[in-house]
Amino acid sequence: MPEEVLDCRGQRCPLPVIAVARRLPDLPVGTVVRVLADDPAAAVDIPAWCRMRGQEFVGRLDGPDGPAYDIRRRH
Amino acid sequence: MSASPVYLDAATAAPLHPVARQALLAALDDGWADPARLYTQARRARQLLDAAREATAATLGVRPDELSFTPSGTTAAHSAVLGGLTGRRRVGATLVHSAIEHSAVLHAAETHVAGGGTATSVPVDRLGRVDLDAWSAAVGAPGVALAALIAASHEVGTVQPVGVAADACTAAGVPLYVDAAQVVGRAPVPEGWSVLTASAHKWGGPPGVGVLVVRKGTRWESPWPADERESGRTPGVLNLPAVVAAAAGLRAAAADASTEAARLAPLVDRIRARVAAEVPDVEVVGDPDHRLPHLVTFSCLYVDGEALLHALDRHGFAVSSGSSCTSSTLRPSHVLEAMGVLSHGNVRVSLHRETTEADVERFLAELPGIVAGLRAEAGVVGL
Repeated sequence: MPEEVLDCRGQRCPLPVIAVARRLPDLPVGTVVRVLADDPAAAVDIPAWCRMRGQEFVGRLDGPDGPAYDIRRRH
Repeated sequence: MSASPVYLDAATAAPLHPVARQALLAALDDGWADPARLYTQARRARQLLDAAREATAATLGVRPDELSFTPSGTTAAHSAVLGGLTGRRRVGATLVHSAIEHSAVLHAAETHVAGGGTATSVPVDRLGRVDLDAWSAAVGAPGVALAALIAASHEVGTVQPVGVAADACTAAGVPLYVDAAQVVGRAPVPEGWSVLTASAHKWGGPPGVGVLVVRKGTRWESPWPADERESGRTPGVLNLPAVVAAAAGLRAAAADASTEAARLAPLVDRIRARVAAEVPDVEVVGDPDHRLPHLVTFSCLYVDGEALLHALDRHGFAVSSGSSCTSSTLRPSHVLEAMGVLSHGNVRVSLHRETTEADVERFLAELPGIVAGLRAEAGVVGL
């Protein structure tokens, strides 16, 4: 289960990515953050950000809250 | 901004070639009659149409009777896909296409699927190259009527391995349609295809002229209501002056293509290298080597694509973008999505015969400051 949830629903890219980039450094290494984002671009940009920043993209889930993306802080 | 505007969106529409402009003006006087009629004015129009067809066919290395003009590149692509599927409907109802085809091809595929057909999308790698193993498996499956592969990506410039893909199609007995919109008049046209399309305003012809080539022996059947024009391949009276201009423009562009490619490719290399080095947190996308000579795409982290386009426009630079906020559907470019590369803050720069080294230098000099300004405004510096 994620230790932290960022609700970015209704936000257009790049805002969800910016929210992750702001929040992740405050959390301990190893923490999983779940980003709720309904902008279709988030499906592309969140994994791409993880790749560019060397963070771990754990996966996407589609639940009652819409698309969710889990990211683990690696460094 | 007092500096003169710099147009860097040739992949959308290249400025009209002066030869095309001259031909257009002459043909307005000479080519207004309907070439299908049987009087003097019509015969003159017919001569112009025949000459345009012969010149265009010669440039493409095909027979004149294999080539039809269409009212747009989009119509040509729709005709290629739907006509290729209709012609082989007894064999099967599956269309195989790469994930990065032009939206005109994908929309035709949607029409096909809505009518009960199926479509198989073949993935690409991070550089935008089609997965050849997946391609061969897809075209070798039973019931494939047609395969579609873009010659080179209009969004990221990656040139596709059309020859190898064509061999797989030949082995499977499946005709190959190649969308050559970005290569005709600029780069060598690949071989091995049965159907090919192009669009005049990409090579410096006027808008509103497409080209559809159907090789002899290809099972292709017009998907449109019957019409006797253009060998029955596309209905309606052509815009003959525009067709004449398109043919003249293509001949001129093709004559200069290798010289222009040799001039523009190093400018694209320079953009690729300098943008990566001088703009922080940027991803330059597409194949760095096997690519179009005139096109480069990159994405700037944390930057809104629409804001970036407007800021560049205020500085006099016309570019396009695959970011979702710049599309009417608010979806990111399906090409960037298929490649798995950053889609926001995206810019596509495409050069043409009027682009100078000074234009590129000015763009490269101003871009880092423009991106930095947008990041500062958004409060995302240092993230």
